[in-house]
Amino acid sequence: MVGGGGMGGGLLENANPLIYERSGERPVTAGEEDEQVPDSIDAREIFESPFLHLAHLIRSINDPEHPLTLEELNVVEQVRVQVSDPESTVAVAFTPTIPHCSMATLIGLSIKVKLLRSLPQRFKLDVHITPGTHASEHAVNKQLADKERVAAALENTHLLEVVNQCLSARS
Amino acid sequence: MAAAAALEAVAPTGALWGLVQDFVMGQQEGPADQVAADVKSGSYTVLQVVEALGSSLENPEPRTRARGIQLLSQVLLQCHSLLLEKEGTGIASRSAEPRPCFKTGGLSSSLCKLTAEFLVCAVVHLILFYENRLKDHHLVIPSVLQGLRALSLCVALPPGLAVSVLKAIFQEVHVQSLPQVDRHTVYSIITNFMRTREEELKGLGADFTFGFIQVMDGEKDPRNLLVAFRIVHDLISRDYSLGPFVEELFEVTSCYFPIDFTPPPNDPHGIQREDLILSLRAVLASTPRFAEFLLPLLIEKVDSEILSAKLDSLQTLNACCAVYGQKELKDFLPSLWASIRREVFQTASERVEAEGLAALNSLTACLSRSVLRADAEDLLDSFLSNILQDCRHHLCEPDMKLVWPSAKLLQAAAGASARACDHITSNVLPLLLEQFHKHSQSNQRRTILEMILGFLKLQQKWSYEDKDERPLSGFKDQLCSLVFMALTDPSTQLQLVGIRTLTVLGAQPDLLSSGDLELAVGHLYRLSFLEEDSQSCRVAALEASGTLATLYPVAFSSHLVPKLAGELCIEESDLARGDGPTKCSRHRRCLQALSAISTHASIVKETLPLLLQHLRQMNKGNTVAGTSEVIAVCQSLQQVAEKCQQDPESCWYFHQTAIPCLLALAVQASMPEKEHSVLKKVLLQDEVLAAMVSVIGTATTHLSPDLAAQSVAHIVPLFLDGNTSFLPENSFPGRFQPFQDGSSGQRRLVALLMAFVCSLPRNVDIPQLNQLMRELLELSCCHSCPFSSTAAAKCFAGLLNKHPAGQQLDEFLQLAVGKVEAGLSSGPYRSQAFTLLLWVTKALVLRYHPLSSCLTDRLMGLLSDPELGPAAADGFSLLMSDCTDVLTRAGHAEVRIMFRQRFFTDNVPALVRGFHAAPRDVKPNYLKGLSHVLNRLPKPVLLPELPTLLSLLLEALSCPDSVVQLSTLSCLQPLLLEAPQVMSLHVDTLVTKFLNLSSSPSMAVRIAALQCMHAVTHLPTPVLLPYKPQVIRALAKPLDDKKRLVRKEAVSARGEWFLLGSPGS
Repeated sequence: MVGGGGMGGGLLENANPLIYERSGERPVTAGEEDEQVPDSIDAREIFESPFLHLAHLIRSINDPEHPLTLEELNVVEQVRVQVSDPESTVAVAFTPTIPHCSMATLIGLSIKVKLLRSLPQRFKLDVHITPGTHASEHAVNKQLADKERVAAALENTHLLEVVNQCLSARS
Repeated sequence: MAAAAALEAVAPTGALWGLVQDFVMGQQEGPADQVAADVKSGSYTVLQVVEALGSSLENPEPRTRARGIQLLSQVLLQCHSLLLEKEGTGIASRSAEPRPCFKTGGLSSSLCKLTAEFLVCAVVHLILFYENRLKDHHLVIPSVLQGLRALSLCVALPPGLAVSVLKAIFQEVHVQSLPQVDRHTVYSIITNFMRTREEELKGLGADFTFGFIQVMDGEKDPRNLLVAFRIVHDLISRDYSLGPFVEELFEVTSCYFPIDFTPPPNDPHGIQREDLILSLRAVLASTPRFAEFLLPLLIEKVDSEILSAKLDSLQTLNACCAVYGQKELKDFLPSLWASIRREVFQTASERVEAEGLAALNSLTACLSRSVLRADAEDLLDSFLSNILQDCRHHLCEPDMKLVWPSAKLLQAAAGASARACDHITSNVLPLLLEQFHKHSQSNQRRTILEMILGFLKLQQKWSYEDKDERPLSGFKDQLCSLVFMALTDPSTQLQLVGIRTLTVLGAQPDLLSSGDLELAVGHLYRLSFLEEDSQSCRVAALEASGTLATLYPVAFSSHLVPKLAGELCIEESDLARGDGPTKCSRHRRCLQALSAISTHASIVKETLPLLLQHLRQMNKGNTVAGTSEVIAVCQSLQQVAEKCQQDPESCWYFHQTAIPCLLALAVQASMPEKEHSVLKKVLLQDEVLAAMVSVIGTATTHLSPDLAAQSVAHIVPLFLDGNTSFLPENSFPGRFQPFQDGSSGQRRLVALLMAFVCSLPRNVDIPQLNQLMRELLELSCCHSCPFSSTAAAKCFAGLLNKHPAGQQLDEFLQLAVGKVEAGLSSGPYRSQAFTLLLWVTKALVLRYHPLSSCLTDRLMGLLSDPELGPAAADGFSLLMSDCTDVLTRAGHAEVRIMFRQRFFTDNVPALVRGFHAAPRDVKPNYLKGLSHVLNRLPKPVLLPELPTLLSLLLEALSCPDSVVQLSTLSCLQPLLLEAPQVMSLHVDTLVTKFLNLSSSPSMAVRIAALQCMHAVTHLPTPVLLPYKPQVIRALAKPLDDKKRLVRKEAVSARGEWFLLGSPGS
């Protein structure tokens, strides 16, 4: 853990974090190439579309050029994504890397915005912190569940800028 | 003599006087070139020019003097070579020693002497004159420098003058207060002298270096810096004396490091940042004498926050290591290591990481290279121990982020030399072996094994003479047991790394014992039969088997081939009992394994008979051999054939063994039979024949011409005369006459003939060619099944393409055209005649035959044919695409590389005209034909042409045919990325049509339309913003598409549209 991590390159919240494996691109099955068969929306799809390519927001506390994805840091996991296509509900629980992670609200907000942009309107969204993983869990959850506060947050140009940066696939 | 002639010529030079006056007083530029041209042609001498200039050179007005000297300098620049040949050599003998003159003399006296003494030694006095003028008014200096530059180009300058010119410049001129051009002139003078007068300049000793340091100190222009860096580099590399000025020289260059330069837009000089970086790096890294100053600077810059500075410093360090030794590096090693380690651990960017690793590699190489004195301590050992100490413990935490950076650092150091590799491997390998056993989770073990694999791979870089010295031999048993553990682990990922490690271990010479190999082969056998869900593992195992089989053929033929053979036989009886599809798939795995290990000639000799025997069994036995089974055997055969291609002996063995066998089986199957046997007809099905075609083709293309000739002498008579004597088991119940009145089954076998004759090298003569071509033509237009007539047409086209130009070719073509026209005009054979036309056209288009345009026109005419129109449109796809069986480059067909481009330029205008002229109902045929042509064209070629076709493409988007829609979308997508300005004119149409197509019934069209919607975001944002709300609303619908792949595209397109014009995007 020493490894010179803290020297020179600015203050890091976590210089040697645990790294998790990426699940890789989902292979295309024969059924998915068949015009007739409908594919229902499942947890993998929800998990994959928003997060795998999310050039992620911990960049500002990790390193700006070569970010790990939320998946590699285990902030989001497929098992914590609950989807019901027939009932049109999606629930995502995310786990901040450390209990005092100052970015928790921003991570949640980015996930929420990404899902709003990527899912059909019929879906009801619920984004919250994995129970017991963050110091101010309830406060953050409350903010994320409040539609008006989310809308208001996105009116804030600076905040929108940060969220967009996190969601921009080109960077 | 020459001098006397020159004096006589003084009088009639009125014209020269005029020109000089025009230039000096009239301020015209033209006369200078005129004078220079006249001097070159011999009308005047340089002396005459000087005399003509006389009064202007001594004019009290500095501007006039400057003009005068400018004229002289311009003349000299163009005529310096002439000056020497004519005047210099003729006169030099007369002046034993040039008199020291013009020290401080007045202007007029110096000029007098110049003209008077000129005859004595032209060059010397010109130089002295110019040197003297360096003290003149600043307006004069630029012209003086030009003159000196001209003189510095003189090849046979008398000795001593170069030094005196440089001394004068160093003394009299404050270079950095001159304009850029004049500074550049000074650098040119120095460069010229360094090129031709190296010895003389070296005589100046360190004064020269010091003088130059003063000249370049403070230089700011990139153009001049490139030259100045070059000079410094030469100073160092040509071993000029630097004396006490090493640090000054370093300071005057290193102050530019790291280069921070952005070329201005539209820079006419074209100097890139990279040019400056490289030339400065060449200076800094050119000598170990800079080390004590440079290394602290590099460390400081690596530690800075600026990415480019980090990169440049690491790359420069890397370059330095090529010339440095232990002595230079010694004091800085701890800091260098600390900086590199920090950069790699924090991976600010992948490039920094890569450069850091490269620098560490060169550092280690440098330390390994240095020859040690007996009493000196070996820095390499302590350096490596440092690295190990800082990285070792991270290797024990396979879950943490720093595990990989640590492994990479160690591997970079170990890759530098055999000694470093030894040192690190002997430390790390036992640790990793131990860690593997300490960690029980598969993903942790995978990380550890992958690191081990990295270290093993490095071993391959160094060859060890002595077997006992090989560092791996001590760990061999542990490594093997570890790999075998990985291979039996439930995790696919771990298995995959295990397979790769096994391959690398196998590649180490003399490492694995025969016992290890037997075990390894056993594991590979098991892995080759893995189920569908571990496909990747099975493929890797097959690949590893192929690699290892080339190295250990005996182990594979003795341990694996018998097992696989047994598997094939047992399956026969099991299959008969109808034992389910799992047996069937085991069967197929077995075939794949057999072909995978056929990488060594001796193994092929065992696997090929097995495969052929299996095919015969399937045909003979009472078992129901499914089509797919036979195809699987053929695919394996084809893979074996591919592996044999490179080795002529195996290639001939395969050809000689497999082809007669396949032909015999096919001929047997085509015989009319008493009892109606369904089983044998499997061999005559389209797909099975196609699989056999690819086996025969692959086994033929690489034959040497003389062996191919042997084979062709058997096979052509088989088809033309029914001569079956060369086939094994050739007692057939009837005659084989595919071209005469044979059964339709026999006619289908023409496809096999096609596979063979169309794959032959071009210089192999085909017997009975004339007869063969006529028979093929006949068959291509008869009423038999489409398969055999198409095969005949393809075979005819394949032979036509390779036939040398001449009378015989023209005859064949005439016959073909006659046949086509006759067929197209009347009823029953129209489609066959069309197929023949298509293939013949393709054969000619590929080789740029003049008749091809005529045939293409005929084909284009058919686009409006009510019956053949759609087929003709699809025909364009065939013309533009690559075939797999005939007319291929691999099969020695004549395929010109630019045929698609040529076809495009020749025919697209006609297609467009045809489209506009055609009646409504056949317009789609033209669009389809066009879209096939566009689609197959390489995108870079297509892009510049597309804007002219844009209106047509936009129209094609409304065409109901989904093939046209799809190909149009795929044409437009790159255009949106590459030519956004042109496309933004049509944004309204594009957005509307793309959105319409995003609800097309065809999934492929929906996907392509959404990809285009994504690409539209590359157009200029202001053009798009008015559409943003509408598009975002419209794209909500495909988010709920029933197909996942469509939704995926919708998500990414919609996400991109959200970002348009939004902050932070």
